[in-house]
Amino acid sequence: MLAMAGLALQEGTSLEGFRLTWRFANFTDALSKYDEFFLRSLRNGAIVTGASLLLSYPIAYWIAFYGGRFKTVFLFLLLLPFFVSFVIRTVSWSFILSDDGIVFGPLKSIGLLPEGFRVVGKTFAVLAGITYNLLPFTILPLYVSLERIDKSLVEAAKDLYSNKVQAFLKVVLPLSLPGVFAAILLTSIPAVGDYVNAAVLGGPGTAMIGNVIQSEFLVARDYPEASALAFILMAAMLVGATLYARLLGTEEITT
Amino acid sequence: MSMQPRIDPAALRGALMPRISRRDLFRYAGVGAGALGLSAILAACGVEGEGGNGAPTGGAEGSPEWWAALQEQGPGDLVNFTNWPAYIDVARDREGNRTRPTLDMFTEATGIDVVFRADINDNAAFYAQIRPAFESGQDTGHDIIVITNGQQLSEMMALGYLIQLDHSLTPNFNAQVGPVHKDPAYDPGNKYTMAWQSGFTGIAWNTKFVDEPVTSFMDLFNEKYEGHIGVFGNEADAPSYAMVALGINPETSTPEDWQKAADLLIEQRDRGIIRKFYDQAYLTDFENEDLWITMAWSGDIINDKLYFPEFATFEFTTPEEGAVIWTDNMCIPAGAANPLGAIMLMDWYYKPDIAARLTEWNAYVSPVPAGGEIVQADADAAKGGNKAVLETIAGSPYVFPTPELSEKSFSYRVLEGDEIEQWNDLFLPIFLD
Repeated sequence: MLAMAGLALQEGTSLEGFRLTWRFANFTDALSKYDEFFLRSLRNGAIVTGASLLLSYPIAYWIAFYGGRFKTVFLFLLLLPFFVSFVIRTVSWSFILSDDGIVFGPLKSIGLLPEGFRVVGKTFAVLAGITYNLLPFTILPLYVSLERIDKSLVEAAKDLYSNKVQAFLKVVLPLSLPGVFAAILLTSIPAVGDYVNAAVLGGPGTAMIGNVIQSEFLVARDYPEASALAFILMAAMLVGATLYARLLGTEEITT
Repeated sequence: MSMQPRIDPAALRGALMPRISRRDLFRYAGVGAGALGLSAILAACGVEGEGGNGAPTGGAEGSPEWWAALQEQGPGDLVNFTNWPAYIDVARDREGNRTRPTLDMFTEATGIDVVFRADINDNAAFYAQIRPAFESGQDTGHDIIVITNGQQLSEMMALGYLIQLDHSLTPNFNAQVGPVHKDPAYDPGNKYTMAWQSGFTGIAWNTKFVDEPVTSFMDLFNEKYEGHIGVFGNEADAPSYAMVALGINPETSTPEDWQKAADLLIEQRDRGIIRKFYDQAYLTDFENEDLWITMAWSGDIINDKLYFPEFATFEFTTPEEGAVIWTDNMCIPAGAANPLGAIMLMDWYYKPDIAARLTEWNAYVSPVPAGGEIVQADADAAKGGNKAVLETIAGSPYVFPTPELSEKSFSYRVLEGDEIEQWNDLFLPIFLD
């Protein structure tokens, strides 16, 4: 962290070397040049976290309440694809979803989709890719908190004449909030910083702040600017997470 | 050099003794850092450029005496050769195993084994991968690397990350190298590099989807192909290309010219017709028909079309406005374990018969003009399908450039000093968005 902050305050070129000149303008330059990418990343992070929660909650709920003695088997099956490397999984998706690939090819040839339909290269593909890749980070904390809920509480609610929906809303959901809290934290942070999905599944107009940092670091070799960008991203996430924990979390997360 | 402030292990152990509570530890750490001053720590993690103690160029690495001493020792028995994919001849032996004939012949002739890796997909990414080894003065693990003329290559030469070649050890090169690859603008006197192959950046299209003739850079603006147009996202190809399209010679271009090129590229991007800004992965997307028309590297497409029936509908051309030509260069990274073996292998590819074999396989521009006659002779002697393939290669202007094409071929701009930052700040954001 210190090393990064230090690098962010330096000046120079990769040919002549960088010297520490306390150039705070690196931060403001980085922000004004790339604010659009920061905003896009935050937006993507929010959408992904929301989508991931909506997808994961029913899955985690079903395994926790109806998994029976196969709970671990289901969890294992769910995690199995994630034993393969992150990048390989993402590249596979770009293959599966290619314009005339194994999914869209047949759908197009029977006329269900228009000829020009495509997913790869669009924002949707990037969002879906990140959501998929982060699914375990959402499911597992949800599962843990749902699994710990005493099933007799649900029965008690029903004894007190609540229907299924009421029992869920008044008993299960509040008791699972610590899991939701943790899931949001665990999903949103890597989602905002992700760059692999945008690089593999994205196209023009989908680059995220991670891609900017990568380009500044690898191609432009402007280490101070890359560090400044990374520092801003980290600081923003840290502040966000702290505020979030202060406002919503703490008590529940300790129960 | 380390990016982390150093912590003395003994001090750390002492600090963690139970007589000091955790709270105390943090307080001491805070006071300590304050007393030391932040700047001392920060300064310790700077990144060295030229004049740093990183590169092991000090002493005599690359000097004639150093090479002479190496010769007395003789070459090591293994060369690690790292190159780009689809760039070296491949065959199958009787048992069906993959072999690389020109490398096998080298091993047979010299007794030196070669480990070949096709690990380079992008100059910038590869350079970033090996740069830490250079900075700490370590062996990168490669004896020969192949880098395109451009920012990364220039920087490696300037920072002493490459070993100077001794051309008394390269008799084939001295005798056979063609005028284009001798003494190039980016490496006067071939001090650090010997060309592997050159190629054209042009336009490829698939006649299944594009049925009109493609002649110009502006064909990549055609909204009919929305979502199926590919453009290179590296810092050199698309900008040079746009300049050529505007009638500007990129080699002598000025910052005002760059701005015009950038405007053209931005206009193209903002039409929303480009699928993606590509690296080597464009070829995969072109092969699986997600791309219909794309910027392409000549040999990739010619090779596909010649050797694979399913790619018979591929076409390649350079636009009538002019062509962009680049050179991939073999060079020896500083600290290499077997530089003598490396330079022997580099020179091996300047034997006309070896160069001809390579050209017949990869269909790029060879730095050895004498290989052309051998390709022609092989074509005359061949029979059946092989004959057609060899004749196409021998007759292709993109493999053996005609004078007319050479006249209209332009290299990348050699950037110096502040120009690098100016260029990158202008062009890189285009490919990011």
